Amino acid sequence: MATAARLDVAALRKDFPILGRPVRGRPLVYLDNAATTQKPQCVLEAILAYYRNDNANIHRGVHELSERATEAYEAARGKLRRFLNAAHAREIIFVRGATEGINLVAQSWGRTALGPGDEILLSHLEHHSNIVPWQMLRDERGAVLRVIPVLDNGELDLEAYERMLGPRTKIVAVTHVSNALGTITPVRRIIEMARSWGAAVLVDGAQAAAHLRVDVRALDCDFYVLSGHKVYGPTGIGALYGKAERLEAMPPYQGGGDMIESVSFERTTYNALPYKFEAGTPHIAGAVGLGAAIDYLEQIGLEPIAAHEHELLEYATQALGEVPGLKIFGTARDKAAVVSFTLEGVHPHDVGTILDQQGIAVRTGHHCAQPVMERFGVPATTRASLAMYNTREEVDALVAGLLHVREVFHL
Amino acid sequence: MINELYQEIILDHSKRPRNFGRLEDANRQARGYNPLCGDRCTLFLKESNGRIDEIRFEGSGCAISTSSASLMTEALKGKTVAEAEQLLKRFLDLVTKDQPLTEDLGKLTVFAGVREFPARVKCATLAWHTLRAALRDRGEVVSTE
Repeated sequence: MATAARLDVAALRKDFPILGRPVRGRPLVYLDNAATTQKPQCVLEAILAYYRNDNANIHRGVHELSERATEAYEAARGKLRRFLNAAHAREIIFVRGATEGINLVAQSWGRTALGPGDEILLSHLEHHSNIVPWQMLRDERGAVLRVIPVLDNGELDLEAYERMLGPRTKIVAVTHVSNALGTITPVRRIIEMARSWGAAVLVDGAQAAAHLRVDVRALDCDFYVLSGHKVYGPTGIGALYGKAERLEAMPPYQGGGDMIESVSFERTTYNALPYKFEAGTPHIAGAVGLGAAIDYLEQIGLEPIAAHEHELLEYATQALGEVPGLKIFGTARDKAAVVSFTLEGVHPHDVGTILDQQGIAVRTGHHCAQPVMERFGVPATTRASLAMYNTREEVDALVAGLLHVREVFHL
Repeated sequence: MINELYQEIILDHSKRPRNFGRLEDANRQARGYNPLCGDRCTLFLKESNGRIDEIRFEGSGCAISTSSASLMTEALKGKTVAEAEQLLKRFLDLVTKDQPLTEDLGKLTVFAGVREFPARVKCATLAWHTLRAALRDRGEVVSTE
């Protein structure tokens, strides 16, 4: 295997204007990337340029601007297709984010495919967004929700999963990377195992897409969702990938303009993919910004990004491990750059406030994953999540910040 | 600024909360919950003839919410319900208003520093919102949201 080119972190930090901004009078140390990533200048410029030069509604007007807007929007779809290695652009549906993508599948696919007693398999690692839509569907359809257990190190218990699969399993909905623990799940294996029972598989890629190469055809998943704002793009835009034959068979999710072929008061026929699932004027500027973010990611390269983040994760794991009273949750062998921890004698919210005073941004709380917190017996943790632009110096700042937390608490 | 928030008395009460635990013969009780951070507070009151004879709390939370609950129980023991209502209003003013009256708030004035940390106001007020529910004898869980 060729070694990935090293990332020039100092140079790429200059692409992110916000990283030069002081916070609380200190240089910003942004370690909350699993919540949202910062945006490079090229994304900001693409959004501005779209509104300045091309703004119009899409798929409607015959005028110049409408054509340009449509072209920009569809070009972004094409970029996502390549980014995920989907076979066809019509397999990419623009949505508000991963949450909406999951709701779309649960409602549209689930309502037609699921009957009483059918089983939905989730994992104990899931974010609330990959739990609640399935509970709503379960209650509506009389289905059964089952949960794949997680081992003490944060990995999924695949033996238990194998035993849970069966003829009643209709869908397996599982995260690619755990937002709370950083575990990278063996989705390829999970999908293979589901296949032998004919179950569909949805992969929640919200935490994965910015950190590792996703190939939906190699994975052979039925659905894959991601959020634009977690891959250096704007908020309010994301994508659902679905296999064409699955999407073709599904009823529309929402009704409205653009998703129809013809409408009369008696009868409406629906538009083809992907428009069938894109009712109303979409977030055109968001799609354009997401397209620019993907160009940026591809230009830097996911492999060097992954290598840098992995090195930083190892450094952070070791450095944080030396802070007295600090306990790390999630020690999976295959792990993304997320370090979730508790500091003995100090509640995470107090840790977060004291770090914030030093310009260090981390997430504290249950990370919208209460079941996984409960599994590990903690109401909350502090989470540092790293991105391509983070440095060892920032990890050192976090460690110094935590030592200061201990001082404030006289520990 | 951080030391104005985490004053000695707050650290002391968060590490060794007073009046902590269940009160078996309570005749008023309420539960509070902050869904954003998961902090919980259950308050037990024994009230007779309009006076709070005994008050205890249980729960889990950060230093601000735990110390606030602890100092609140200290301040309320022996007070009348009307005095408790008055203190509740003054405390909420203390942590949210720019120029609150601080006289007669005693130890509770240490929470004035919370004003500078808008994200933490809910931590400081959780126990007090729970108190309001207990005084008005509403059985449901009160939420900070």
